[in-house]
Amino acid sequence: MRNVFPRKQRFKSLTKAKTGVVGFDAITGGGLPQGRTTLLLGGPGSGKTVFALQFLAHGANAHKEAGIFVAFEEASTRIMNNAASFGWKLPELQRRKKLYFMDAQPLPNLVQSGDFDLGGMLSALEVKIKETGARRIVFDALDVLLALLPDLAAERREIYRLHAWLLAHDLTAIVTLKSGADDSYSISQQPFGFMQFMVDCAVILNHGVVTGVSQRSLRVQKYRGSSFDENESAFLIGASGFEVAVAHALTRADSKVSSERVSSGVQRLDTMLGGGYYRGASVLVTGFSGTAKTTLCGAFAEAACKRGERTLFVCFDTNSTEVVRNLSSVGIRLDRYVKNGSLRMISARVITGSAETYLVRIKALAKEHRARCVVIDPVSAWSKSGSDLSAQSVADRLIDWSKGDGTTLVCTSLLDEMSGQGEGGSQLQISALVDTWIHLNYLMQAGERNRGLSIVKSRGTSHSNQVRELILSEAGVNLADTYTAGGEVLMGTLRWEKERAERAAHEVAEVAEKLKTVRLDAEEAELEVRLKSLQTELVAKQVEKDLLVRTTQSEKGEASRGRTQMKELRGADAATERRKGHRHG
Amino acid sequence: MARRARFKFRIYVAGEALNSVQALANLRSICLIHLPNRHGIEIVDVFKQPERALADGIFMTPTLVKLSPSPATRIVGSLSHLPTVLQALGLEAVAA
Repeated sequence: MRNVFPRKQRFKSLTKAKTGVVGFDAITGGGLPQGRTTLLLGGPGSGKTVFALQFLAHGANAHKEAGIFVAFEEASTRIMNNAASFGWKLPELQRRKKLYFMDAQPLPNLVQSGDFDLGGMLSALEVKIKETGARRIVFDALDVLLALLPDLAAERREIYRLHAWLLAHDLTAIVTLKSGADDSYSISQQPFGFMQFMVDCAVILNHGVVTGVSQRSLRVQKYRGSSFDENESAFLIGASGFEVAVAHALTRADSKVSSERVSSGVQRLDTMLGGGYYRGASVLVTGFSGTAKTTLCGAFAEAACKRGERTLFVCFDTNSTEVVRNLSSVGIRLDRYVKNGSLRMISARVITGSAETYLVRIKALAKEHRARCVVIDPVSAWSKSGSDLSAQSVADRLIDWSKGDGTTLVCTSLLDEMSGQGEGGSQLQISALVDTWIHLNYLMQAGERNRGLSIVKSRGTSHSNQVRELILSEAGVNLADTYTAGGEVLMGTLRWEKERAERAAHEVAEVAEKLKTVRLDAEEAELEVRLKSLQTELVAKQVEKDLLVRTTQSEKGEASRGRTQMKELRGADAATERRKGHRHG
Repeated sequence: MARRARFKFRIYVAGEALNSVQALANLRSICLIHLPNRHGIEIVDVFKQPERALADGIFMTPTLVKLSPSPATRIVGSLSHLPTVLQALGLEAVAA
């Protein structure tokens, strides 16, 4: 206990050692306190060893920090075997002396008599630390060793010795301790409670069962000198190790908002939305079963792939190959995009577990696929497993994540016909969070069910207020205008009948108009004929009149000429006149 | 048979730590009473020879290892509880 206090880093600001646990580094703002001790508490099977081992593996793989794993409970070979599936390359790390396992399990034939201490182990470790230059160390299941100590005072003393030793060597350490199953508070009993006060960081792992579904959660209980997320965060042990679900990082700038529009895959729906969905928006499609929610998703996925965007399609209700086949019947051809790899179809029925499990898997898959568009059909399947509350918070985080990532998310939510929710919202209550909410409904009229589509909300876009009829055909998905008659929306056959009636009426009107034109033409022609005959008559009359005038004149002329001739012949009057003239002249 | 056998002990101690000193003293007194002239004690100080502690898998100090006669036995602690120690070493018949 010569070096009780660390030499240099007393006044250094706190630096953090990344654990490589997805989400945990976000909760703690960077990882575990560097050069200090973290206590990891949890019941059996709560994931303590996995967390600790991942911390070491990440340090060795990503930060070139060698680590030592001191196993008090499980043999190191078994730990290695158990962790083989996580892909941390432990045997390789061991060969390269980046990872050292120390088997410190008390032998079964071990006899204990009187007081002892950890001096032997610590001096042995010192050899290894010098040899490997280890910066990280894990004491797994320290309680096994502590239980051998004869009294509480000795336990306290050894904990203190260990802590001082860790600080003196400037090691970032994890000490795991078992706590009573399901009761994280029993650990505050001595001497673990003492340890909790001593360390700089304490993390509690929980593993409970809520309505038959396993739910794991993690809580940072204390973290000296750092802010942290104090709430319980769900986690799961996935294919690549420990993954913690985080709703939000402590220090994350608001994600970039895009005003780019992406097509919904249905041309008229784009028009209704004023250009399509926003890039990075979350879209919720609600409706009863069979209202073509999946079809709408398929159309979106096809449009995304057509633009060359990588897309992830997660279906819960049906097999993914069935979805592809079924959608091809309405002209949505997804198979070629599946083949060329831009579309990844996941049948999520194979994923079992809590809502958290789904979210983490989906996030991992989306990351792996580098998806820009994600379709989840239906998201309401989540509320089936585990508590509604956790499913809801998962849905919150899903949207939060997609926004932060700039991923365009389309999810559907199945409404329960029996519960008569109507448009009352989805079970998960995520309708309040999404940007665009499209509601699909059946309209029962005149012995038919027809699909109606309406936009309940669409943030930041002008959108149509109309209910449109969604028509599925081999040619694809289309929206038709609906007729509003007497306050009722007409769809299907009624709409068709209405349309036909209008067409017929239109035809009748057309014929009538033609008829009238013809009649008017005839009248006009008739009038023209009459006009012509009258003109002819007029000409005839004029000619007659002319003739009459001329006849009269010629007759008159004849008469006077006759008289003159007569006079001349007689020779009387002309001479008379000539005499008169003579007289006056 | 155990009467005739020679006992070989190795005791791992942590320098001058109290429980290590106590264990060594207790071992010597046991040997003096129960195994006069037929015992050998090897003392390993883990502070001076940490590699040996590492190689032999010694994590708690003091640790007494009875190397022979077989079976090999490990006793951890200051050996303060005599009956336990004697029983573990197969010496209780002698003590009676």
